[in-house]
Amino acid sequence: MHVLDFEKPVAELESKIDELRHLSGDGPLPIADEVGRLQDKVNRQLVALYSKLTPAQKVQVARHPDRPRSVDYIRTLITDFFPLAGDRTFGEDLALIGGLGRLHGQACVVLGQERGHDTESRLKHNFGMAKPEGYRKAQRLMHLAERFGLPVVALIDTAGAFPGVEAEARGQAEAIARSLETCLALTVPIVACVIGEGGSGGAIALATGDRVLMSEHAIYSVISPEGCASILWRDSGKAAEAASALGLTAQDLNRFGIIDTIVPEPLGGAHRNPESAMAAVGAALSEALEPLLAMDSRTLVAARRAKYLAMGRKGLT
Amino acid sequence: MDVTLRRKTRQVGAEHNPSPPQAKDHARFCAFPPWRVPRKTASMALMSWLTNLVRPKFRALVGGAKDIPDNLWDKCPGCGAMLFKRELEEHSNVCRHCGHHMPLDPVRRLALLLDEGYTLVSLPAVTVDPLRFKDHKRYADRLRDAQRRTGRHDALLVGEGTLGGHPAVVAALDFSFLGGSMGMAVGEGLVAAAERAVATRSALIVVPSSGGARMQEGMFSLIQMPRSIVAATQVKEAGLPYIVVLTDPTTGGVTASFAMLGDVHLAEKGARIGFAGARVIQSTIRETLPPGFQRAEYLLEHGMVDAVVTRAELKDSLANLLGLLRPRPSRRPRLSLLSGPVPHGARNSVSPDAASRART
Ligand SMILES: [Zn+2]
Repeated sequence: MHVLDFEKPVAELESKIDELRHLSGDGPLPIADEVGRLQDKVNRQLVALYSKLTPAQKVQVARHPDRPRSVDYIRTLITDFFPLAGDRTFGEDLALIGGLGRLHGQACVVLGQERGHDTESRLKHNFGMAKPEGYRKAQRLMHLAERFGLPVVALIDTAGAFPGVEAEARGQAEAIARSLETCLALTVPIVACVIGEGGSGGAIALATGDRVLMSEHAIYSVISPEGCASILWRDSGKAAEAASALGLTAQDLNRFGIIDTIVPEPLGGAHRNPESAMAAVGAALSEALEPLLAMDSRTLVAARRAKYLAMGRKGLT
Repeated sequence: MDVTLRRKTRQVGAEHNPSPPQAKDHARFCAFPPWRVPRKTASMALMSWLTNLVRPKFRALVGGAKDIPDNLWDKCPGCGAMLFKRELEEHSNVCRHCGHHMPLDPVRRLALLLDEGYTLVSLPAVTVDPLRFKDHKRYADRLRDAQRRTGRHDALLVGEGTLGGHPAVVAALDFSFLGGSMGMAVGEGLVAAAERAVATRSALIVVPSSGGARMQEGMFSLIQMPRSIVAATQVKEAGLPYIVVLTDPTTGGVTASFAMLGDVHLAEKGARIGFAGARVIQSTIRETLPPGFQRAEYLLEHGMVDAVVTRAELKDSLANLLGLLRPRPSRRPRLSLLSGPVPHGARNSVSPDAASRART
């Protein structure tokens, strides 16, 4: 497992535990005692570390290479998944995977921003940076959801929309704007969960929902801390300062009323126990969807608009 | 702790102090810094050329006039010609030699587009500096400087009246105010402009000029993307025209929200319009940029705008459009066709004022 710099003391203990376990086999009790003692110590250290991660550390955790990705969530949470491809205009964009499936039995349309987990899959999914055809595919699938009265579940994990000549030529801005517009006008429920990194316009294009959830250590920001540091501080080395200044953690955004729910992560972050992290997100998504499924379309759309109009108007001190 | 600012409705013609946009503001305040703007070196070179060459010559010409202030002149960034400021103003900041369109501040933009007798729309107060953001300098101080320099509270100015006799609300962004970036005040101003348009059965014309989201407001600026779209949608659903006039430059979260959802998109000649800044594209993707990339004409060619217009023909074009796109009665929800609860799959429209009602 990839070890983050601030996790090193924990990682050392963990490798010691592994060693002991390896040694013990079905050996005598004292070793088991020692393993238990060390495991307690690891847990105490993880609790201490993860209960007060700095925003810059959260940025690292949110981008952890072993963190579960959209493909993992879909494989684990969505049954009967049937992937759908293409925007019917230009092409297929694997930075945004989508399809039909069931979440805890409820049929739905799933949209997931996928960054990949190794070099090959990262290239295949363009590092999770969608092009206009990705956002247009999302619109197509949202309209499909509308036609069949299915809710939309969006998994957000992107550094941002792809900044390139061809993306500009095909109208990246229009594709994002139209995706946002589609989210806002959708006559079926839409819930989004930021599972890793919510990067700017490319994220909010699909994260404009009736309920917006965030994993405990995910981040969601108007600009990457590195980008912000290089523009405002004129020094990309000041990314940690920028991360603190931007208010990009789930805790900040929940306090501001910009997101609705924080989904707790397992001890030591989602990368330490992906199964449990994914199960928690699945449960939270279902819980968020349930009251929305009972609402009629008119009320739903009006409430969604009212929610966004009210945002930032109250409760700031 | 929070200072709230309130704009008052006032007759146009009150204090108006156009100041040149600061090139560096753009990079500083926008999430998507776009293209290179005239650099200091160029303007310094210009200054010395002006002092050493033009002034003496001019002096000789007018026969010993002692003091010709530098601020009488402007250099065209397009062709380099020296232009009399007063003359440039008479031409709405368009170079009469090469037709280059220079920035136009929102006070003069409103005066250019709206018929005489229009009024400014009072914009709601918002929480200022929600994150108490500080880099080298406090955002609150940068904001105060921009307010002092422009005499306005934020980057958006909204006027209401008629355009060629047609009722219209015009909302214009000011690039010289922190790069025209969209934060809470701009988002709230757009919502107010849309409400004004709906209330007075007017067309809404937005004139963006912006580097994108105002990053010093963090996610409070990003959520202005959906908020501004809700505003535009309300105008459209009320059966009123929503027209976007893209001016130089329009980028980032502004382009990717209300600025790309017009019933009609006009773009001023030569305007730079895009999502990602050219510098970002060059540095992160290392692609070479095609000639004319992200210019108004490029967007026309790629199907993103309906027409490229000069500033001189802008008002007539808009008046013509408003004459053709006459407001229709509000789109009524077609719910009467259905009985009982509406299934999610039903494609019904939503009462245009549902959201504004929900707010009160
Ligand atoms: Zn010129």
